[in-house]
Amino acid sequence: MGPRLPTRAWIALAGVALALVPLAKPPAFYESFLYLVFHWVVLATSWNILSGYSGYFSFGHGAFFGAGMYTTATLAGQFGVPFLWTLPVAALVAALFGMGIGAVVFRVGRLRGELFALLTLAVTFVLATVVLNTPIDGGQGVNLGGVKLPAILPTPSATFYILALALAVLTLYIAYEIRRSRLGLGLFAIHDDEDVAEVMGVPTFRYKIVAFGVSCALAGVAGGIHAMFVSYVTVGETFSIIVPLTVVLMSVLGGTRHWLGPAAGAAVITVLLYLFTAGDYAIAGRAAVGLILIVVILFLPGGMLGRYAGRAAGRPVARGVAPPAGVEPVRGGVAPAAPPAPAGEPLLAVRGLSQSFKGLRALDGVDLDVRRGEILGLVGPNGSGKSTLINLVSGHYRCDGGRVRFGGRDLAGAEAHRIARAGIARTYQIPRPFQHLTVLQNVALTARFGRDALDRESAEREALHWLEFTGLAAKANDLPADLNLHQRKFLELARALASRPELLLLDEVLSGLTPSEIDDAIRTIRAIRDRGATIVFVEHVMRAVMELTDRIVVLNHGRVIAEGLPAEVMGRAEVVTAYLGKPRA
Amino acid sequence: MNLPSATLLAQSVLSGVFIGALYGLLGLGLSLCWGMLRQINLAHFALAFLGAYLTYQLSTVGGLDPLATLLVVVPAFFAFGVLMQWLFARFAITPFNSLLVTFGITVIIESAIQAVWTADPRMLDSAYGHVKFKVGALYVPLPELLTLVLASLLAIAAWAALRYTDLGKAMRAAAEDAPTAAAFGVNERRLGFLLSGASAAFAGIAGLCLALSFTLAPSQIYSWVGVVFAAVMIGGLGNPLGPLVAGIVIGVSESLTMALTAPAWAPLVSFSLLIVVLLVRAEKI
Repeated sequence: MGPRLPTRAWIALAGVALALVPLAKPPAFYESFLYLVFHWVVLATSWNILSGYSGYFSFGHGAFFGAGMYTTATLAGQFGVPFLWTLPVAALVAALFGMGIGAVVFRVGRLRGELFALLTLAVTFVLATVVLNTPIDGGQGVNLGGVKLPAILPTPSATFYILALALAVLTLYIAYEIRRSRLGLGLFAIHDDEDVAEVMGVPTFRYKIVAFGVSCALAGVAGGIHAMFVSYVTVGETFSIIVPLTVVLMSVLGGTRHWLGPAAGAAVITVLLYLFTAGDYAIAGRAAVGLILIVVILFLPGGMLGRYAGRAAGRPVARGVAPPAGVEPVRGGVAPAAPPAPAGEPLLAVRGLSQSFKGLRALDGVDLDVRRGEILGLVGPNGSGKSTLINLVSGHYRCDGGRVRFGGRDLAGAEAHRIARAGIARTYQIPRPFQHLTVLQNVALTARFGRDALDRESAEREALHWLEFTGLAAKANDLPADLNLHQRKFLELARALASRPELLLLDEVLSGLTPSEIDDAIRTIRAIRDRGATIVFVEHVMRAVMELTDRIVVLNHGRVIAEGLPAEVMGRAEVVTAYLGKPRA
Repeated sequence: MNLPSATLLAQSVLSGVFIGALYGLLGLGLSLCWGMLRQINLAHFALAFLGAYLTYQLSTVGGLDPLATLLVVVPAFFAFGVLMQWLFARFAITPFNSLLVTFGITVIIESAIQAVWTADPRMLDSAYGHVKFKVGALYVPLPELLTLVLASLLAIAAWAALRYTDLGKAMRAAAEDAPTAAAFGVNERRLGFLLSGASAAFAGIAGLCLALSFTLAPSQIYSWVGVVFAAVMIGGLGNPLGPLVAGIVIGVSESLTMALTAPAWAPLVSFSLLIVVLLVRAEKI
């Protein structure tokens, strides 16, 4: 039995057990108290689906909660819609509102971290002002005292209890499933390095919108139920800054990288506040919560469940498993490949590619063909546009002009994740691994988001295969920070390979390596080509260029100045000039 | 729509300038800390209110002139700012975590205020509160004028210090590239203490202005957060004159909105402005 079933079963079991509580006919007070616990569990957990997983910390959760609250208040209070029917509408209104905001905000590239937090907070206040000044509220608040509460259970407190419990179980289940899904992996990659995630094939924009929508919908339902629970809805209470801050506090306290973290934080904070209030120490209780927040951030940055966060994603298939048979070691014994046949349509055809950075023409009408099966060396002095070319072809930047045809498809200006899906993979000159994912997860990610979009288990097998290939298998469960530069360069390589690319763009994989490490790397790259990949090889280490490449293209000042066989091209006068300058006299 | 009279409009522009000056004064320390130390100090607001309550206490119970209370508040707050910076440096706190930690500090200060002065509103009844000048058809209340003068003086002084003194230049260098600045002999640690201390002291001075013009209640702390953040963002992080100018722009647009529509619409202006600025200028912040 895999690890999936028990956790799901546990969620269901806990839900059923708690659903039996009203049978014992506890005092209404306890049901109401537990209602509040579930209420905060839903708000904190739903917030975490976008903000905790992807790192887009929203301070606007109050707005979506409030949108749900006022949807129910308006429909039930003014139009006489039965209460339960208002809840799906509350979810929809909150989700559409959130996704609408996301559609605008997520288009703005750098709006992350504290700026996203501020923006969502501002949205809350704008919504509050609009609600306050329109007939939705009108300034007096909405009284729901006259709305009939359906008698799901005999008493109102039991009914609220069971509604909130059902929503909490649903929310936790969704949070758990997302955490384990492709969506969850993509969100965690976005958290660590969004640009790289996109280039590795994660549809970042769509994922953020989806996560935002789910997050807001759940908050909206919680708001709808809460409107009925408080029965008198006011703008001041609904849209106060306290709601988002409390939600953030709970999630951070519990641990934002664990699906259960926010729920744990919510339970602890709600109980704490209750204990202090009950003992007439409400003020001291608030101060204690403040102090706890400070202490947790300083001493326990991952939250209460932080240490279990890695495991919550599911035990990697590879852990403790012997290397699979049939993975041949790379070191030594790889025969040099025969030069490829030059016939046929090029795999990659670049025409007139241009890119400017604030007036600096980094690329100026570059034409370039990459033939199927070859290793094309891309050389040129510093600043000649080699990395820019890689960044454009891989979609890391969008180009200003020109065409890129790959395997018969036009890819210029396409979103980076589509380029990755089409079969182009790249490495970064300065390794950019996802810092909070293990080495194995880093590599499995591209397998899941690559051309073949493998499922979880196949992706991890694929990843382990490439870790073997690059000699990193022993490090599979370490974090990238534990690797040295050589290993991180190879992690880049393994990550690019696991997407099973047709075209591999290698951006200075050898820079910074020692001579013997370079020998290793050269053998590895040959072995990759022998497996059928086409490679564009950007490199300054001339020995490697001469040994590995079938053909080279020389760039200078963003233009192609020479092209041909390595030995012949490097002897040309204009190439020597580009590197060393003109000889005097 | 009925247009209000010219006098009424002029008076509301004037009150917008005054409230904007307070936004700017509250935003000054916030902007400097955010722009130069990469800290988002939510506790700045709680500190300002603590300063206001201290002013209230020292002048109603202690019998001090409200302005004289600064002699106590400013050094005490400076020390508090230094202490906070020590904590932040000791634990190498990220910008986002600084927001959460200072929220914790805010809650603690708020609870302390509530424990000492209760949740009931307090109003400082000072001699300054009753003084009003009449300029043409317009009334200029002394406390508000004092706020404008203090806010302008501090903003200009901070700007001049950063621009013209060696210390200020060192500070800007450290903000731009701390390791390089340190390599050239800039003591980044000490500058951090100075900046954080000064910014807390600014909060104390803003507290005086709050006490002179507003009714104090612990829950009021949060009502300033949004609009002052808007002023800070619009004014540009780390720019000492920015919050004042942006604050006055926001203040005037708010009070014109209030005069022309209903008072309750006012927040829409500042937050819509903030959203637009964030979306348009995200690359530059």
